[in-house]
Amino acid sequence: MRKMLSLISSALRLSAGRTSLAVQRLLAAQGEYVDMTLDPDPPQHPKIHPTPVSGTHRVKRDPPSETLAPLVPVDLISVNEAVEPDWTETLRSERSHRDKPVVTGPPANGSASVGPEVILDVSTKDEMLTALANTELLISHPLDGAGDAVVQQAAVSESAITELLVSSAALEAPSPVDGAAGQKAPDRTVWATAQTPALPSAELTPPLTPSSMVRRSRNVDLTRHPESVHSQAGHAAIPEPQPAGSRVVVSARTYADFTPQATFDIKKCDLHKLEEGPPVQAVLTREEGLQYYRTMQIMRRMELKADQLYKQKIIRGFCHLYDGQEACAVGIEAGINLTDHLITAYRAHGYTLTRGGTVREIMAELTGRRGGIAKGKGGSMHMYAKNFYGGNGIVGAQVPLGAGVALACKYQGKNELCVCLYGDGAANQGQIFETYNMASLWKLPCIFICENNRYGMGTSVERAAASTDYYKRGDFIPGLRVDGMDILCVREATKFAADHCRSGKGPIIMELQTYRYHGHSMSDPGISYRTREEIQEVRSKSDPISMLKDRMLNNNMASVEELKEIDVEVRKEIEDAAQFATTDPEPPLEDLCNHIFHNEPPLEVRGTNPWVKLKSVS
Amino acid sequence: MDKIRNEQIRGTVKVEQFGDKAREARLRWFGRVLRRNRGYIGQRMLEMELPGRRRRGRPQRRFMDVVKVDMEMVGVKVEEAVDRARWRQMIHCDFQLLQVTVRDALNQAMDEELERDERVFLLGEEVAQYDGAYKVSRGLWKKYGDKRIIDTPISEMGFAGIAVGAAMAGLRPICEFMTFNFSMQAIDQVINSAAKTCYMSAGLQAVPIVFRGPNGASAGVAAQHSQCFAAWYGHCPGLKVVSPWNSEDARGLLKSAIRDDNPVVVLENELMYGVAFEVSEQGLSKDFTIPIGKAKVERPGNHVTLVSHSRMVGHCLDAAAVLAKEGIECEVINLRTIRPLDVETIEASVVKTNHLITVEGGWPQFGVGAEICARIMEGPAFNYLDAPVIRVTGVDIPMPYAKILEDNSTPQIKDIIFSVKKTLNM
Repeated sequence: MRKMLSLISSALRLSAGRTSLAVQRLLAAQGEYVDMTLDPDPPQHPKIHPTPVSGTHRVKRDPPSETLAPLVPVDLISVNEAVEPDWTETLRSERSHRDKPVVTGPPANGSASVGPEVILDVSTKDEMLTALANTELLISHPLDGAGDAVVQQAAVSESAITELLVSSAALEAPSPVDGAAGQKAPDRTVWATAQTPALPSAELTPPLTPSSMVRRSRNVDLTRHPESVHSQAGHAAIPEPQPAGSRVVVSARTYADFTPQATFDIKKCDLHKLEEGPPVQAVLTREEGLQYYRTMQIMRRMELKADQLYKQKIIRGFCHLYDGQEACAVGIEAGINLTDHLITAYRAHGYTLTRGGTVREIMAELTGRRGGIAKGKGGSMHMYAKNFYGGNGIVGAQVPLGAGVALACKYQGKNELCVCLYGDGAANQGQIFETYNMASLWKLPCIFICENNRYGMGTSVERAAASTDYYKRGDFIPGLRVDGMDILCVREATKFAADHCRSGKGPIIMELQTYRYHGHSMSDPGISYRTREEIQEVRSKSDPISMLKDRMLNNNMASVEELKEIDVEVRKEIEDAAQFATTDPEPPLEDLCNHIFHNEPPLEVRGTNPWVKLKSVS
Repeated sequence: MDKIRNEQIRGTVKVEQFGDKAREARLRWFGRVLRRNRGYIGQRMLEMELPGRRRRGRPQRRFMDVVKVDMEMVGVKVEEAVDRARWRQMIHCDFQLLQVTVRDALNQAMDEELERDERVFLLGEEVAQYDGAYKVSRGLWKKYGDKRIIDTPISEMGFAGIAVGAAMAGLRPICEFMTFNFSMQAIDQVINSAAKTCYMSAGLQAVPIVFRGPNGASAGVAAQHSQCFAAWYGHCPGLKVVSPWNSEDARGLLKSAIRDDNPVVVLENELMYGVAFEVSEQGLSKDFTIPIGKAKVERPGNHVTLVSHSRMVGHCLDAAAVLAKEGIECEVINLRTIRPLDVETIEASVVKTNHLITVEGGWPQFGVGAEICARIMEGPAFNYLDAPVIRVTGVDIPMPYAKILEDNSTPQIKDIIFSVKKTLNM
């Protein structure tokens, strides 16, 4: 991080020698970075301007950013969200034709409220390019300060920059400046933010390692109304055409507290019959990270709640918990589309959630209530949703079904695929090999995923399989072995596998190496065939949620408080769902015989004795 | 227009087949020659042996050879030619209803449904290039190609599962088992995946699929390839099970099954595939279907009710014909559907005849007959029974190989006649 800042500052110095109307603002908006790697041959070591030039660059430092003083040179202009009069004045005088620089909402938390804003004066394109070459720039839109802003990345091509410069230079007409920052829609402004994650609070911002700051080039996202940002959260970057007369405002966000995205090295996958594997680096945006974190936390909390309810004898029968394996479900879902299809085995709660089931519906199904996702008829193992085919209680039986769904995708000529999950226990089922054969023969768009949690019930993989290389057991089907505890690893591998399928190359096998913290089912304490130490070790060393959390915190992508806040919300949601699941009425008795058939006229069904005549409607 | 079959066009205008007409002309001429006075050259020529050495090879067909076959087909004898009027009446080739084998009926049904609905496809072992192990899918691969007629490897569980999965995802597969004996390899997919899913998902997930193939005792293939699955599949809620007897049944029920939104098991009978039945004009219509869950009274009678399905319906009709000569009128009910069972039709018949006999090829214990007995006892018709219900079933053994043993392992016509007489106390 420090290195980055110094890079930026040096770039700014380079351009500082000249004054120009074409002042470029670098607003390092929180969470929004664009790779502007424009210079084909950027200088290896940026020259540091000996003396900062005052007048063209003004520095405004708010108290919290004082701590950054040694880091942030004077040519970084730091502007607090509350724009101070003299600063605005300066702006007006310097760039009177511009819209208000923007931005900012309330800070994510108290300590993270301040960030530097950088104003760059660049008179020529070359200077701009030089400056940009040495910085990580992002064109973005300002974010709402709550911290769940959309993280947008943008790549601005050289021509785009040229255009911007031209347009900004051409525009001389003054435009009114709105004093209330962030209220005025900077519609015609391009926000390019330097990757200068402002570092408001020392505790939250451990130094970034340079490796995590990698240039990116992706979608271009241009201006957006600050107020609209919040509602945009969750959407992918939406490229917008560059409006005429817009200009570059390269800025550091006023409260740019968080790194909007970072690249992580992920474990290389083992490959089988593949020349190339998934990338060994993955980009995680703050937005994605928070979303994954929340989903995984919901899954974890939901399973722990289910455990509790089971022990209270509110949940009955079989109940297979998914805790420990969250990275698989969330990672797979992140790697495919909702229009793709998915089928899994009996450990189905997590996937029901990612496929669109709500916690309430799932919990109510577990307790067998009216509001359950299958109206209390399926229970733990049989939950269905759109494009989600269960929940299959027969070990291995879902694999041919999944291949059949893939056959339907291919038959209907849709560019969809089916993800077909099974465990290391089911991997020894004969029908799986039958399915491999046919899927490969017919080139079905099917991703076979073996979630290897090391134990099929209580039998460890070594005791059950002659070869524990599950990703190789398709023989003629290419395979990947993936770290199933790392959500990014799973996501990247799934994307890779999905591309493989969609390109018409037929099925692919993925082995996700994961671990379940609970026993096989609720009747299994899970310690007779493995030691408590083993579970503890996995928990402490490779818990998927902790891993993601650490990554986000270490890279200043989120704050502890923020994550805690999510935890609190999740807990509340789970509590609410549990409350619903325990108070929702049981299914009505009239429903007993319904849904035997689909789309059928009412049918008489024999009850337990000949005098009980029941009715079944579809 | 080009899709309309010749049989249908002829049926509409009531025109006989050309071959039949030619046969009639031949027999008319033959009768005329026979009735001429002895010594007529034509008459002498009929039996004349040519002198000299016969050429090598198969003897050439002569007029008399052809006429002998004709007479056999029409069912007349030489002596009957004396009476001209009677002869002409007997050889007259009347318009006959179309004779279709069960095999062709099934083939046509699939063909029409494949044509009607793009989502329908057939998969199974040897269904495509081989034309079907029993030639039921003959010609379909040529017509519809690899996409819709899919040869599978020999992996019942795998392809049955794939078919069910495809049905879940919106297609309408016809999954052919080479014989239902092999469906036991895949019975988990049929019952656990296909039959139960709709209920388990509270109606969210439909499984519109047809499992079909030959069922029941075959000839000379011993225990593993000879058994009836009507009771097996009839046991399971969520499935519909049909068991056609003749061509019309096969055609109508299979079409209904394919159009149904639920898993349907179609139990055909291998021994019936080659048997031809008349199919009514209406039965040849492309929209002809037989409602699943309705039995058919094949022969009305008022002394005893014979309830049966599949091949045994024919046996019952034969027995009824024999018994009719002794003055016993049997009402023969063709179940057509095993599940849901049409008890109302049976009850109505029992109310009329007061006697009930069930006839089936499968094993007795927990069989279709056992279920009918139980249902009758639980229902209002019980009070109308004048004698206990009798089950005529296959012998309670795995099917033996030797012909004589095999013949005695399934109900024969004499067994049915015997049981009827016992029931009627004769």
